Amino acid sequence: MYAQLIKTARSGITPRDEMTDQEREFQDRIDRNEKIEPKDWMPDDYRATLIRQIGQHAHSEVVGQLPEGNWITRAPTLERKAILLAKVQDEAGHGLYLYSAAETLGESRDELVRLLHEGRMKYSSIFNYPTLNWADIGAVGWLVDGAAIVNQVALQRTSYGPYSRAMVRICKEESFHARQGYHAIMQMAFGTPAQKQMAQDALNRLWFPAMMMFGPHDSDSTHSEQSMAWKIKVKSNDELRQQFVDQTIPQIEYLGLDLPEPGIKWNEERGHYDFSDPDWDEFMDVIRGNGPCNVDRLAARQKAWDDGEWVRDGLMAHAKKKAAKLAAE
Amino acid sequence: MDPLFQFLLRLGDNTLVLGHRVSEWCGHSPVLEEDIALANTALDMIGQTQLWLGLAGEVEGKGRSADDLAFLRDAWDFRNVLLVELPNGDFGQTMMRQFLFDAWNVTMLGKLMKSSDQRVADIAEKASKEAAYHVERSGDTVVGLGDGTPESHARMQAALDYLWPYVGEMFASDEVDAAMVKAGIAPDPSSLRDEYDALVTRVLTEATLTKPDSKYAHKGGRTGYMHTEHLGHLLTSMQWLQRAYPGAKW
Ligand SMILES: [Fe+2]
Ligand SMILES: [Fe+2]
Ligand SMILES: [Fe+2]
Repeated sequence: MYAQLIKTARSGITPRDEMTDQEREFQDRIDRNEKIEPKDWMPDDYRATLIRQIGQHAHSEVVGQLPEGNWITRAPTLERKAILLAKVQDEAGHGLYLYSAAETLGESRDELVRLLHEGRMKYSSIFNYPTLNWADIGAVGWLVDGAAIVNQVALQRTSYGPYSRAMVRICKEESFHARQGYHAIMQMAFGTPAQKQMAQDALNRLWFPAMMMFGPHDSDSTHSEQSMAWKIKVKSNDELRQQFVDQTIPQIEYLGLDLPEPGIKWNEERGHYDFSDPDWDEFMDVIRGNGPCNVDRLAARQKAWDDGEWVRDGLMAHAKKKAAKLAAE
Repeated sequence: MDPLFQFLLRLGDNTLVLGHRVSEWCGHSPVLEEDIALANTALDMIGQTQLWLGLAGEVEGKGRSADDLAFLRDAWDFRNVLLVELPNGDFGQTMMRQFLFDAWNVTMLGKLMKSSDQRVADIAEKASKEAAYHVERSGDTVVGLGDGTPESHARMQAALDYLWPYVGEMFASDEVDAAMVKAGIAPDPSSLRDEYDALVTRVLTEATLTKPDSKYAHKGGRTGYMHTEHLGHLLTSMQWLQRAYPGAKW
């Protein structure tokens, strides 16, 4: 997801009889579905895990501007350009709310950004894939925002209050993005042969990377258990992936596009679609920094930050001068 | 060519080209708040473009839509001032360009709200609310960076020196403007200069920046006689899909 492979800051789950009284009380609150608020006591590992997850989610929103920004100047109509600009603006806004949510845990935005630039924090693997034709922009809204929603709707029930509330707000906008993305793809799937080809190409290329957004199989996801117990994570990777596949296949069929891989088949017995695994070695490569765009994405963010230093310094210096002037009056 | 059509192209092309330039910043700005603000500015510019070019197409009466005008004209048919097609440069140059344009736009739109052509007045009314916000924001940024650190001051002064020769074109008058004045549709651009100078001088003074002495003005954009070399490259990316796949609906 936008937060993948989040290492829980504790290995394994702490049995109830090994918890301190404070920890037990905390766990009881979570089990009663109470929200944890910034001023409440929380285990250090809970705090650390949340900072990683929220921070990674925030970074994903911010880095996610780049593959879409890649097409803003080439958007084919004024309407499409306006829609894309509005979407990218929303994504930056999501980044802002999420950094604020992380700040309530005592971690500053500057520190998180520094960790990102040093390669010590990640963002979603999906944004390390390129956007190569205009249909990719539709496909990103439809599949990437679509996958994000599946995860984030579940996260509205997450135990940490500020994160949960940020998800409620963000989900509304993500649903709008997904609908607009689907509409853009529809226009192309029902358009000229060349447009249909672009739509098919985008679907084929982005399908497996979208599958990867949900992270590895539950059986290979070593850190999930404690996060589930703390309700930092609410549904398992495999559950969410299945939900996404089930909702997306009928949409592909409606578009009249070919299914992106031969393993997709309705399974009457399970009442779900079967589908093939993405290449998990490729996934790990992308996570380790060897995806098609990792180097470029990070370099672009680093350059924006470095080039912007004089601006941030200048505005800060001005604000100080102004405050000093006010104080002197 | 119908002067009203020409006049509307000038307005619509200004916002189209500037909106395009600003949108190039997406994801690359100095701080997240600026990413949001720049996207928002570009979005407003594109929105104004849809209105101006939409009306231009209507006035022309040949069935051309705003999209047809934006994506299917070549450089010589563009009527934007040269200022807006200049490259972004650094963030300071982008914001200085924005301020110099916003100050003109807000002044012009204020007058167009009283246009004898109701369609023009309606668009101006809507756009002027956005323009008022833009000029406040770009003006604040010019002040903040002009009166910031020695480096930010030097960069903003350099941006102003580079851009200043492109300001004069916004106030040049020709027969199109004369026809607009005669019909009560729009003021003579030269009549806006004092109000513009007052606004710009106030902001530049607060920004501790020095307005260049030179009165020299590059021109050729709003008449279409001679654009800069930059416009062709901008159109190359902007119009590519429409040109490569004629007739496709997006
Ligand atoms: Fe988002
Ligand atoms: Fe998101
Ligand atoms: Fe989104």
